[in-house]
Amino acid sequence: MRTATETIVGFARTVRAAGVAADPERVQTMLRALDHLDVLDPSDVYWAGRLTLCSDPADLPRYDRCFAAYFSGRTVRSVRRPPPVVISRPAAVPVTDPPPDGEGERADPRTATASRAEVLRHRDVARLDEAERIEVNRLIALLQADPERRRSRRFATARSGRHDPYRTVREVLRHGGEITAVRYRAHRTRPRRVVLLIDVSGSMTPYADALLRFAHAAVRAGGRTTEAFSVGTRLTRLTRELRHRDPDTAMTAVSEAIPDWSGGTRLGEELKEFCDRFGQRGMARGAVVVIASDGWERGDPSLLGEQMARLRRLAHRVVWANPHKARPGYEPLTGGMAAALPHVDDFVAGHSLAALQRLAHIVNAGRRRA
Amino acid sequence: MTYDATGIGSPPELARILEECGYLADDGLATAAFLALRMRRPLFLEGEAGVGKTALAAALARALDAPLIRLQCYEGLDAAQALYDWDFPRQLLHLRAAEAAGVTDVGRLESELYDRRFLVARPLLRALETAPSVLLIDEVDRADDEFEAFLLEVLSDFTITIPELGTVRAVEPPLVVLTSNRTREVHDALKRRCLYHWLEHPSYEREVAIIRRRLPHVADRLAGQVARAAQRLRAEDLVKPPGVAESLDWAEALVALGARDLDPGTAAVTLGAVLKYREDQQRVTAGGLDALLGGG
Repeated sequence: MRTATETIVGFARTVRAAGVAADPERVQTMLRALDHLDVLDPSDVYWAGRLTLCSDPADLPRYDRCFAAYFSGRTVRSVRRPPPVVISRPAAVPVTDPPPDGEGERADPRTATASRAEVLRHRDVARLDEAERIEVNRLIALLQADPERRRSRRFATARSGRHDPYRTVREVLRHGGEITAVRYRAHRTRPRRVVLLIDVSGSMTPYADALLRFAHAAVRAGGRTTEAFSVGTRLTRLTRELRHRDPDTAMTAVSEAIPDWSGGTRLGEELKEFCDRFGQRGMARGAVVVIASDGWERGDPSLLGEQMARLRRLAHRVVWANPHKARPGYEPLTGGMAAALPHVDDFVAGHSLAALQRLAHIVNAGRRRA
Repeated sequence: MTYDATGIGSPPELARILEECGYLADDGLATAAFLALRMRRPLFLEGEAGVGKTALAAALARALDAPLIRLQCYEGLDAAQALYDWDFPRQLLHLRAAEAAGVTDVGRLESELYDRRFLVARPLLRALETAPSVLLIDEVDRADDEFEAFLLEVLSDFTITIPELGTVRAVEPPLVVLTSNRTREVHDALKRRCLYHWLEHPSYEREVAIIRRRLPHVADRLAGQVARAAQRLRAEDLVKPPGVAESLDWAEALVALGARDLDPGTAAVTLGAVLKYREDQQRVTAGGLDALLGGG
């Protein structure tokens, strides 16, 4: 016969194994919560655990599953997640018409003597070998998508600007009522929010890793004002996973978090979900929203157009990065891309380190071009 | 008075008291609030807009017969707006008056200037000084993360240090309710300090009961019709599904128009009370109001 505490700790362990961040401190809190409730009442135990172990709506279905399984007496089949997909791998997707010199920049004679990094800069990330990929990943981690700044409603002290009565009076007080100096204040500036939506569907497989690493660099540099999501068939918020300092750790966390690797694309629906759940409530308001996708839409392109229009109304700027854009002869004629383009402020490539640098620059500097 | 002295012994009992105050809490919410009282932990509420997060804080304040102190969060909120500020104009006035009266004791004058009466208490300080009290920190996701870190400090030891005056410690920590709309991920450290509850839209029966409770002049049948239509609207694919607040508005609007029934005619003229987006109104109207209201 196990004690109640053992049972609860065992339950908490199960919940943790299912992917809920129920750390020991939270387990302690659950035990203390049960001091005030009836430990023999299933409903009380359920709520004590849910209120203390969970901290996100995504935790709740996992918690419910564990609760049902654990207390029904069944041995809990550990709710194993599928093994993480290894993202860093040479692209298996054959790329048609490889243009090793077809990108304009190569015409420059100086490129011949350029460093290895310089050559790598313009290579399509889908066609790198393992060593080159590691090198490019290292360079991507150095990119700084430091967002542009916007004027805040708040004031800070300044050398000139508007008169600051409070500070002046405080100064006057310090000098016993003598007016010695007039103080000024000016509007503070704050970083503009950046939201990245990275397409991880099948057709984007060769680029997803590089783009997610780009998102990692952006989230690391942008502090708490930068958010990242993956889109494919499901919208997944990745900001938390991308906060790991080390890019490879972050990528492992990301690969575990994304449930729909290399699946289909339902961009319109997911954009709608993004707008409904996050965008409209404030995340996209006044933000720079970057969509990295090839625009290959399986669903109804008109829905995508509708949602892009909505996103454009919410956001400060909408940037679309399409890895195929740099390909000679590429025309944005696929249904999704054609529907989205009228609502995009900047349409850029996203296939190489140089393209990602440019993307970072566009995010940083507003409309000014690289 | 401590919370224990209120003698609330179990979640159902708290639910009953909340009901007397006009708030219908289900088991989960009653347990959450009960534990928040007993364990003296802040209650972190998340959920769709309009499910009654803010209303719970107000109801708890009424239930405990304690004042509700509200801190509305917004971007750029800082300590001066959340904690305290000095009343400079009054300080200056005091100084001038002392000067006119010929006070020469500089030391005394200075200490007088930083007297408690020149301190403007903002919500957090007010909540610490008022016992008992319910502190509502509304839409914490709107504040910056620096503010969150600061909040974490205040909520862990319920003391505030004012350099000129000393440390203010809460005799009895306030009952804290934090709400978030999830526009931004809130620090895990802050959530860990709290009990976490995700509020769902109420069930049909509960929604009818809420309408009846809050608007006693609305007939049973009309309340039922409004609740059913609201439930159906939530199942639709809308930009902004209606919350309980919208159901209440809708019922109120219908009563104001003298409508006895929610039928396609009355629904068409009052749709603006429940759907706040043109796209949503168009979608619902296109789908046919009969379909929305039919079958019951």
